[in-house]
Amino acid sequence: MPERAKVSTAWAAEAAGGPGPAQDGGAGAVACASEFEPVIGLEVHVELSTKSKLFCGCQAAFNAPPNSHTCPVCLGLPGVLPVLNRKAVEFGIKTALALNCEVASFSKFDRKNYFYPDLPKNYQISQYDLPLGTNGYVDVSVDGGMRRVRIKRVHLEEDAGKSVHESGTITGSSFSLEDYNRTGVPLLEIVSEPDLRSPEEAYAYLSMLRSILRYLDVSDCKMEEGSLRCDANISVKPKGSSALGTPIELKNLNSFRAVEKALAYEFRRQAEILARGERVTRETRHWDESRQVTVLMRRKEEADDYRYFPEPDLVPLEIDEAWVAEVRSTLPELPGVRHERFIREYGLPAYDAAILTESKDLADYFEAAVAAYGGDAKAVSNWVMGELARLMNATGTDIRDVRVAPTALAAMLKMIDDGTISGKIAKTVFEEMFATGKEPRQVVAEKGLVQIADEGELARIVDEVIAENRDVADEVRAGKDRAITFLVGQVMKKTRGRANPQAVNRLLRERLSSG
Amino acid sequence: MKITIADVDHVAMLARLRFDEDQKAGMAEQLSRIVEYVEKLNELDTGDVSPMAHAVPLRNVLRDDEVRPSLDPEEALRNAPDREGDFFRVPRILESE
Ligand SMILES: [Zn+2]
Repeated sequence: MPERAKVSTAWAAEAAGGPGPAQDGGAGAVACASEFEPVIGLEVHVELSTKSKLFCGCQAAFNAPPNSHTCPVCLGLPGVLPVLNRKAVEFGIKTALALNCEVASFSKFDRKNYFYPDLPKNYQISQYDLPLGTNGYVDVSVDGGMRRVRIKRVHLEEDAGKSVHESGTITGSSFSLEDYNRTGVPLLEIVSEPDLRSPEEAYAYLSMLRSILRYLDVSDCKMEEGSLRCDANISVKPKGSSALGTPIELKNLNSFRAVEKALAYEFRRQAEILARGERVTRETRHWDESRQVTVLMRRKEEADDYRYFPEPDLVPLEIDEAWVAEVRSTLPELPGVRHERFIREYGLPAYDAAILTESKDLADYFEAAVAAYGGDAKAVSNWVMGELARLMNATGTDIRDVRVAPTALAAMLKMIDDGTISGKIAKTVFEEMFATGKEPRQVVAEKGLVQIADEGELARIVDEVIAENRDVADEVRAGKDRAITFLVGQVMKKTRGRANPQAVNRLLRERLSSG
Repeated sequence: MKITIADVDHVAMLARLRFDEDQKAGMAEQLSRIVEYVEKLNELDTGDVSPMAHAVPLRNVLRDDEVRPSLDPEEALRNAPDREGDFFRVPRILESE
């Protein structure tokens, strides 16, 4: 269920600054933490990128004017009938398959009953005992190898609306404003088993999950826009012990970093409680981003009572093998498999392969460039991960919007190989290609960047530089070899980088040793 | 099955309803009678009957992912007890303690 929904009236007052571990996490905390280990599971919600909502034809739009995408179905008016969106089911099956789940041959929807104003029906249509997918796993590369994270379940449900609180915070507000545009947008809930053993592993799992979901093209997974949300469960136990500790639920994790930091904080807090010989109490805690601490949200004295029952307005789903096979045939090569292939097929280091395959679009770009180039794939990788990534970051450009076609990058690499331009000049050429979308040949011609191939012309410039820098030239003649670097630099400057540095070096040495 | 006052309190809390003590006693009485009536079903042998997910023998009623017109915000808000701009305005969500 969406994170905001599980709020009871028993909001505790610890937000004002309750007991917690020392923020500095000093030597004592580190020492005690080393005797314990965390047991972490994540509950992830992603908004599926269907055009319409899960049970009605309203557009699933982000950032639209308030209440401009609602209808009697998603407003929960009496007498309406929800009708299930086929695409959302297919996205769910696709995700379940990609996460190695068993796809249910028989599935149904249930009502989860609770009161919250962002849920106008007073129940959420979700899936309880017969989710779309169960018993899957994801392999995540973590520090020191591979961790198999089991997926407990994958199910479909509807999103809730958005509340704007009068005073900015829920506790201080005398009223709230509700926008139901998001109500009924399809959500996929993906619940992992508690198989993660550090905050870093949780981060790695979340990254891999996002990567897979983006490869599948079922969600844009933007945490800052709320299309990917994550809650975490964490308990702490003595290292090596099989007895599980008391799980704490963490909410308000609004970025990948927040997930990692909140878990690290919570691990320290619980380890300190256990080290003092005390017990951790079962509760839901809220990550306070500004103070970088978790604060008590509510205690869980009793289990939640949502009185689930089968949704009478929706008939069950039968997912036969033909349907599963049809969806399976649309699965792309997934990041884990592609990562292995990049190492095998292109001889790339694991690091390069991991970065290139994190996004499908980047991996596609790389492969198209390698195919057009035909040369060393590592050279392509260096340019994609180096200059291209640098310019994309600097300008905030998505790989899909990059104006340098993979074939243009390949053409430029060939120009380096055949000596038309130097590797140094290529950076200038590439910047221009990135900014304008022009072909490398055009950039080189327009800017006069062709490498000076005429040895006579180069020799003339070398002589000029020697004449202008007699002191330095004498130093080189006297055996101070390092001084030659300065002269090479001067030649490069005069030629605006169009000289081949090796040739310049050779010409300088010829002249200065014979003098 | 006998419904106790504690059961009434629990269900009332879930339904966000408030009763005074007299009403609770009456409610426990009435709910007990209803549950006893439904318990008659236990007299049937359902050993051979598989659990039913839905009363209607239909499966896979699905629609294509097509956008249809939504309500005009003015129309959507027409029955709202309170509004502010094009938002539904609702009372305080959490009681501060
Ligand atoms: Zn609608």
